[in-house]
Formats: sequence, structure tokens, C-alpha cells
Amino acid sequence: MKIYDGGKIFVGLIIFVGLVTSPFFFNRGKSNIVRDPKAAQMMQSMGLQCVEPKAFMLPNHMQLLDEWRDSVVRKGNRLYKASDGKNYVMSFQNTCMNCHSDKNESCNACHNNLAIKHTCDGCHNSIAVKPYCWDCHIAPKEKKS
Amino acid sequence: MSMNRREFLKIAGISTIAGIGGTALAIGLRKGVLDAAQTAPDTGALTGKRWGIAIDMNKLKSEENIKRVTDACHSIHNVPDFSNTKDEVKWIWTETFEHSFPGQEHKFMPEDMKRKPFLLLCNHCDNPACVRVCPTKATFKRKDGIVMQDMHRCIGCRFCMAACPFGARSFNYRDPRTGLNPEKINPEFPTRTKGVVEKCTFCYERLAKGIKPACVEESNGALVFGDLDDPASEIRRILASKYTIRRKPELGTEPNIYYIIGGNDYAVVPEIK
Repeated sequence: MKIYDGGKIFVGLIIFVGLVTSPFFFNRGKSNIVRDPKAAQMMQSMGLQCVEPKAFMLPNHMQLLDEWRDSVVRKGNRLYKASDGKNYVMSFQNTCMNCHSDKNESCNACHNNLAIKHTCDGCHNSIAVKPYCWDCHIAPKEKKS
Repeated sequence: MSMNRREFLKIAGISTIAGIGGTALAIGLRKGVLDAAQTAPDTGALTGKRWGIAIDMNKLKSEENIKRVTDACHSIHNVPDFSNTKDEVKWIWTETFEHSFPGQEHKFMPEDMKRKPFLLLCNHCDNPACVRVCPTKATFKRKDGIVMQDMHRCIGCRFCMAACPFGARSFNYRDPRTGLNPEKINPEFPTRTKGVVEKCTFCYERLAKGIKPACVEESNGALVFGDLDDPASEIRRILASKYTIRRKPELGTEPNIYYIIGGNDYAVVPEIK
């Protein structure tokens, strides 16, 4: 079997595959979210602490929020016993936003990466999620940067 | 390779069981991130079985009294004001006697009663029609009797608005934030979004903190809030001692808002000759 213009076709295919996969190669080894251990220590020494450790919160905060919502709205249970034994009132707008009151500041303290804008939304945008929580829940006022 | 019918059926049967059973097992084993034991109700919360309010219309004398009550509710809950009845969102509002209690009015009743504004809010019925029709269970009856609205689930179909005989539900035809003064938004309570239905929630967020609903607090004793299932509660003692009426009881939804209409105005009944 002979492929007519086989050389051109295969060279074209290789170039095409290379182009399509180029973003993966360019971004290889770069993580969007880089944690700065110094900043984390600083936060802890200041007594600022999230309801759960950051290693849990970063990948799981949306599941946590989802279960908090079901617990508060559907079951009427508003107290959350964290894994360290402390009790928190489950409220996105009043508990979470007490500390995460500024989408710029709160994220800058822990995340240290020049590739993305250091904000809650910077992270959300870089992984292309658009949470619509703030359509109803009153968003923290952002400082213009 | 050859296979007879019996072997084929055996393999097919076993793989079906493995497939269905495996899926069920995987779903059963998958847990949420939270343990059920990790959540608990507030320790200082007000608890009851069937919350209700008795409204003494004798004590709501002036329009200012009523306005203070409605304003308190609407400002705490970020209820927008669009200044037109079509887009109006109302949690607590007023109506004339004739519209509040249709069929009860007659032409010889006291003039002031005909014109007096009656304070209306969601009746948190025992058999809420809105809950029956909601296709997503966005609105549901809590254990303490509150007819609750889960804004995360509401798809804005407005069945509940058609079902509610009391007009207690409002649809957000416009973005509610455009009808709010940004300076006066209560940062502790969410707003709603365009396209959902909302109504009075009996201040569930205040009950959880152990305080009574805002309207009751602002009413100077005209509104009495309490557990209708507790015979010793203040509201039950009032209902036992005074004649009260409810809105449209004939529909069978068993509303839990009671009105003291004004039986104490004439202490001496004129003699019939």
C-alpha cells in the first residue's frame, strides 16, 4: 500500500500534534498554586488559622462549603466541630469572610507565584471555574491593585 | 473458542451482578468530606415544634408602628425596594381587611376596620401548598415548622407563587442588588439573585442565635412569637383567652399566624331592646 504525499501528511501531522500539545509542554513543571512555607508559618504565628489545615482546604474547600450549606439550610445544624476540636459557626458570609475579607490580601499571604494574579479570583480564573456564590453572598470588598 | 448457551448465560449473569453490586458498593462507600458527627445545632438556639405568631391589631395603632416593623425585617434581610408593585419583593406587608380576610367583610363593619392596614407575612402553614408543588424541594418544611426556602436549589419556576393562597411569595424579576442602597446592605445576610422566589423565613438565622424574629422585636408587644405546640407558651395562653382569626382557614393549609382583630374595644355591649 502506498500513501500518496505520505511525507507531507506525516510532517503535517507531527507539526499539528506538536502545536496542539504545546501548552502542556510549556507549562510542565509549573504549578499554578505555589505555597510559600514562610507565609504559612507567619499566618500561624499570628494566630490566623482556617477551620481545617490548608492542605485540606485548598483542594477541598468547595466540598466543605457544599456540606456546610446542606447542614445549615436543610438540617438547621450550624455548628461545625473542626478536626482540631474547635467549634465554628458554619457561615460562608460571616465565618469564612471574616478572615478572607479581601480577596487580594488573604491569598497573597499564602500563595507566592508570579505567573498568576494573587487573588481568590486569580486562582479561580486560572483553573477556569466561576463560582457564583457572590451573586447572593455579599463579597468582601476588594482593594484595587 | 466455543461456548455453549449455558456457559454464556452464567458469565452474563455474573458480570451483571458484579456491575450493579460494584456500583452500589462504590456509592455506598463514598463519603462526604464531613463526618455527620462534626455538625451540631447551635447550643443557644430557640427550639420549638410549631412556631407561630399572634398579631394584636389593637396594638398596631399607627402606620408608623407598622412601618417600623416592616422596615426592620426588610433592612435586615436585604429586601430590595423597586418602588413599583410589579417588581415588588415583600416579606412582610400590609393589606386591607377585605383583601386579608376575603368573605369576612360586610358593609356594616366599623369604618376604621375597613381602612386599617393589616400586617401580613408568610403563614408557615402546617400543610404548605408551596412545599407540595415545588419540583426541586427548594422549599421545605423544617422540623420546627418553618417553611424554609433553599435559594441554592430554587429554579425560579414560580409554582409556589401560584400555589400560595396568601401571596406571601415574591419573584426576583430584577437583580435585587439594583434595588438596594449599597450603603445600607446588611453584610451579615445574603441578598438573593435574579430569578429566584423568596419570602419570610421567620428569621431562622436569628432563632439560631436565640433571638426572636425582627418583626416581633420591633412591634412593642403587638406581635407575640412562640411555640404553638407548647401549651405553656405565651402565644398559647393568648390564643386560649382571646378570640382570634386566621387568613383563609377554609383552604386547609392550617396557617400559623393568628390575628386578634379588636374584640376588646367595646367592654360594655349595648343592651338589645
